[in-house]
Amino acid sequence: MNNLQLLFDAPVLSVQLLLDGILIGAIYVLPAYGMALVWGVMNLINIAQGELVMLGGYVAFFLYAAGIHPLFGIPLAALLMFLFGWALYRSVVFRIVDKDLFISILATFGLSILLQQLANGLFGANVRTAESGFGTLLLFAGRVTVAEIKLASFVAALVARAALMWFLKRARMGQAIRATAQNARAARIMGVDTDALYAWTFAINAAICGAAGALVAMTWVVHPYLGLPYTVRSFMIVILAGLGNVMAVFVAALGLGAAENFAGFILGAEYQAAFVFGLLVVILVWRRFSLGRKRKVLR
Amino acid sequence: MNPAFMRLSLYAGVAILALLAPILVPDYRTQLAFLWVMIVFALTWDLQGGQMGYNSFGNILFFGIGMYACAVLQRDSGLGYFPALFLGMGVGALLAVAVAALLGSGMLGLRGHYFAIGTLGLGIAAGELAGGWEFIGAGAGMVPPLFPGAIGGRESFFYYLCLAVAAITFAFLRWLYAGRFGLAINAIRDDEDKAEAMGLRTTQYKTTAWCISALFLALSGAAVGNMIGFIDSRETAFAGATFGVWMVLMAILGGKGTLWGPVIGAVVFHLTKELFWTYLLGWQRVALGLLIVIIVVFFPRGILGWVHERWPERFGRRVEGSEVKQ
Repeated sequence: MNNLQLLFDAPVLSVQLLLDGILIGAIYVLPAYGMALVWGVMNLINIAQGELVMLGGYVAFFLYAAGIHPLFGIPLAALLMFLFGWALYRSVVFRIVDKDLFISILATFGLSILLQQLANGLFGANVRTAESGFGTLLLFAGRVTVAEIKLASFVAALVARAALMWFLKRARMGQAIRATAQNARAARIMGVDTDALYAWTFAINAAICGAAGALVAMTWVVHPYLGLPYTVRSFMIVILAGLGNVMAVFVAALGLGAAENFAGFILGAEYQAAFVFGLLVVILVWRRFSLGRKRKVLR
Repeated sequence: MNPAFMRLSLYAGVAILALLAPILVPDYRTQLAFLWVMIVFALTWDLQGGQMGYNSFGNILFFGIGMYACAVLQRDSGLGYFPALFLGMGVGALLAVAVAALLGSGMLGLRGHYFAIGTLGLGIAAGELAGGWEFIGAGAGMVPPLFPGAIGGRESFFYYLCLAVAAITFAFLRWLYAGRFGLAINAIRDDEDKAEAMGLRTTQYKTTAWCISALFLALSGAAVGNMIGFIDSRETAFAGATFGVWMVLMAILGGKGTLWGPVIGAVVFHLTKELFWTYLLGWQRVALGLLIVIIVVFFPRGILGWVHERWPERFGRRVEGSEVKQ
């Protein structure tokens, strides 16, 4: 708790933490959008979300090792993960789409263990990073430092988000996806091939997770076990913001990034993961009690 | 043959085999002790997941609480080995029940997938907290005291301890499912709103069921901590990625919502897992992940579910024409 005192003594530290947290939060936005998309359209909670992020990170790392600058690695990682997501849907996910939610949770949980252990077996448990060669920015006469890479990944996350929004609003497939989310049966009657559309949805989800993974590989490190916290963060952001609310997801993600950063500083880095998972429980219980007062349940 | 006599001879046969196993196959005592622990896992998970419809991914929380509480008591109480062990098991069980009762009203109000993911978070958060808490050894782990008896006595002792926990769990749940409590939690699974409208105090039933699971999981946790001889926060105590998933998988594999299903699932799964560990060294976890996906996707009804579907009349279900009534 000494660090809490430190925060009051040096307010500029709060600015630093807040700024860092918001920049980090932008990376959380992407898998959260993916989860909301898959959940809303396919009625499936994908626990393997974080593993898609992890695999995207490995793609970016191997591209970097092959001599491609990480910034160009982001679209390539998204493209490769799009194909991977498509293959995953065609091999496994299509079998669980119309099953009940528990089956899909457990199946994607198995998928998450499978992918994480495969990555561990194939790439090793070592920590890898894609070095981007960016420097550090100094603000407020050097009292606040911002790694340029975080700024770059913030911008990249915003670009990826804008691309997704454009696709969902303007592209014909995007419009079909939104129609299916509103009413799957009506969309089918209007001639939407829902199976192909689900494949697209899952592949797009994998692509934005892949882009997020590339950003993670640039900003921090990748290792086979980084997945689950990203799944939990995405889930948390989505239940906080609600399924259909695009702007709220964005705000919740940035808020979570900032909250996590403050918690990591005050409680110590070893409790940061515990904070994320504990916050999930707190948010769920809080939502349950606030709805319970109106005699409703979280569904 | 008389079905009551058949059932009796089945129980007697299992009991005799279980009691004689350490003498018949002394080399496999530890593996067989783990088999009993697995049966406790599957049975206690099925109490919520199968019978009550609340699919928990975080029941490993209570296992870890029992393990740590027992080890702390053994370390700090200053009693002899056996008094400390049994007292520790009792205290661990009480603590786990208290935690379950405390969390119950908050967590069990969550429905379906929210409960599943909330409990997943709970289990992992516990592991992370234990990994940072100096009092219980933090990341360096804890070592329970050494077993005082003769060489080889340790394996037999823990074999019978785990057997006793599993047998009590089975007998208790069998008694529980046969009565009003079983009907009540089945009603909650089938339609919670209707059950509440019928006047069932659903929250009480749900919390009680969770406390019962917590009790037996904590007992088995205390035994396992001593049996392994080393407690790591993420790998043994709050091992969500291994024990925590296996308990769900075993219950589903055997057929959830039945009494014998989790037992059969645990036996089949434990054998498969030991074979994986022996023959697929290094890739066993990949194979396990694959196994989860395959079982859940292709075989969600489980072994007993399949048997019930195949020969419904053997289980006292009416069959009209060729159509199977559920």
